[in-house]
Amino acid sequence: MGSKPIEGERKVFMTGNEAVAWAALAAGADIMYGYPITPQNEIMQYWTRLGPKYNKKFLQTEDELSAGFTTIGGVLAGRRAFTATAGPGNVLMQEPMSMAEAMRIPTVVVIQQRGGPSTATVIYSQQEVTLTCFGGNGEGLRVVYSTSSHQDLYDYTIKAFNTAWKYRFPTFVLSDGYQAKMRESVVIYDPEARGIQMVPTEPFLGKAGTPGEDRPAAHLRNTYNIEEELLEVLSKDIEEYERVAPEIIEYDAYNTENADLLVIAHGVVFRSAAMAVKDLAGQGYKIGYFRPITLRPFPKEQLRQAAQQAKQLLVVESAYGQLLKIVQDNLYGLNVPIKTLLRPGVGITPEEIAEKAKALLAGKEA
Amino acid sequence: METKEILPKMPKSWNPASKPHKFCPGCGHGLVLKALGQVIDELNIQDRVVFGCDIGCSLLSWDFFNVDTVQTHHGRTTPVMVGIKRANPELITIAYMGDGGGYAIGSQHLVNAANRNDIITAILVNNTVYAMTGGQMAPTTMPDQKTETTPYGRDIKETGYPMLGPEMVAAIAHEGAYVARGSIAKFRQLKTFIKKAIENQMAGRGFSFVEALSTCPTNWRTNAEKTWDFVENIMPQYFPIGEYKVPGGKEE
Repeated sequence: MGSKPIEGERKVFMTGNEAVAWAALAAGADIMYGYPITPQNEIMQYWTRLGPKYNKKFLQTEDELSAGFTTIGGVLAGRRAFTATAGPGNVLMQEPMSMAEAMRIPTVVVIQQRGGPSTATVIYSQQEVTLTCFGGNGEGLRVVYSTSSHQDLYDYTIKAFNTAWKYRFPTFVLSDGYQAKMRESVVIYDPEARGIQMVPTEPFLGKAGTPGEDRPAAHLRNTYNIEEELLEVLSKDIEEYERVAPEIIEYDAYNTENADLLVIAHGVVFRSAAMAVKDLAGQGYKIGYFRPITLRPFPKEQLRQAAQQAKQLLVVESAYGQLLKIVQDNLYGLNVPIKTLLRPGVGITPEEIAEKAKALLAGKEA
Repeated sequence: METKEILPKMPKSWNPASKPHKFCPGCGHGLVLKALGQVIDELNIQDRVVFGCDIGCSLLSWDFFNVDTVQTHHGRTTPVMVGIKRANPELITIAYMGDGGGYAIGSQHLVNAANRNDIITAILVNNTVYAMTGGQMAPTTMPDQKTETTPYGRDIKETGYPMLGPEMVAAIAHEGAYVARGSIAKFRQLKTFIKKAIENQMAGRGFSFVEALSTCPTNWRTNAEKTWDFVENIMPQYFPIGEYKVPGGKEE
């Protein structure tokens, strides 16, 4: 009771949802608020089993609106608070997260993508990219980490709390139903043992002292009387977002020098892409890959650098062009043909990617 | 000639920098917030209160007090206050909202916070209209009352009946909860209800809810006399004033 949930590190075999719960514990998260939706349920289930042993709290809310707004409340009280959701729950989650975005409230949300639109499937997809990156009536001033393995889920859940509290932008760990439900090996560790310092939290409301006497009262709002007042606040937030973006941006790249084909993929699809690319590169093909880890902010310059050396690009995703739109936007002006393998709501195997890549390399597909 | 500014007596917990307040002349919000301010002073809790205000006219109270305040979204003040209280039970959280926020768009939050017996205080101002948006029908619009979306009067066969909030909350709330309906027309009683609601939270007994009958002459399009008559005499005919649930069961 009360001691560290993980001393040092250990290798375990578990589901992605379990890894998220352990990571939140290891990161020193204080409270989770959540509403059941597949495929994220086990995050709550593990949290409610593990949490009480370490004085951690949980509230099961009436819906995802409430899960998001209570999470905001937890953060305003100065706690590392988080929630997790998926699909239609992610749609509802956009309302509270737009408030978090407007007020620079460091919420952490884990998204386990499922098929859409609507209720669709409870299994898997990559169709919540646009929603998670740009949902809400705002400008997408958020951080979105796209994970491709359980190790990523563990590492980036811990990192999400630090990114959120350091930069004060709502931070998302974007995963999917395959990663949520599948079991694989992962090393779980005490962040401190790895030299990772958790960014300290502080209350936005309920600080020490009497407001108006010892200190000014906190008057937090997201509503403004005039257009220029809003523009002033937004301009400052946008400027800050763009200034810190280079510190936040993460990506992975392989064999990008003068590639005949550069494969671009994120999340679990990246695993298939990496297998296919490495296999083909081993056979002598000039093929590389680029994986954005942060979808927001996006590694624009790094992708442009790789893409402008390539003869053609192949965007692969389990969605009908959500990553593609981001890629096109960031590569605007470059004269490199962009080919696609888009399979909304279903998994993509290395063989499928290799087949498509070989056809493109042979000049057989337009 | 020397002019002397005579300031009205304001509760200590009010923020003088935001006065005079921004509510319309004749609006009841100022009186509800005066009662709340006096209660905060009397209980000496200015350093522990977190005040949350909703969207609608209630948002104009975002800098009303010298207490830590957060303005939220329409209907979402209850969950934000629940989230704060769960994370830091030392704080005294007060959710301030209108009838639209509490009984329509945020009704699921009110119902579930009440049922969970969350240790927060919700104060809901009932003025029978959506006032900030220009006077549309609210969940509390009276039968036959004219609004911008019921220009011929509220037809209860078409639009249903006015929401009886405290009655509903009292019906689902559990032991330890405090539920009352007061009116700005009976200021002292309203203040007593608000005080008991906050004391109930401080004692950690349960969910506390006060509905305050209030005025909106701007959207009612009424003069002072008719405004007061409506809140004092007409509204209580449908919305009876009193305590609906008191821990221990001794309603006034």
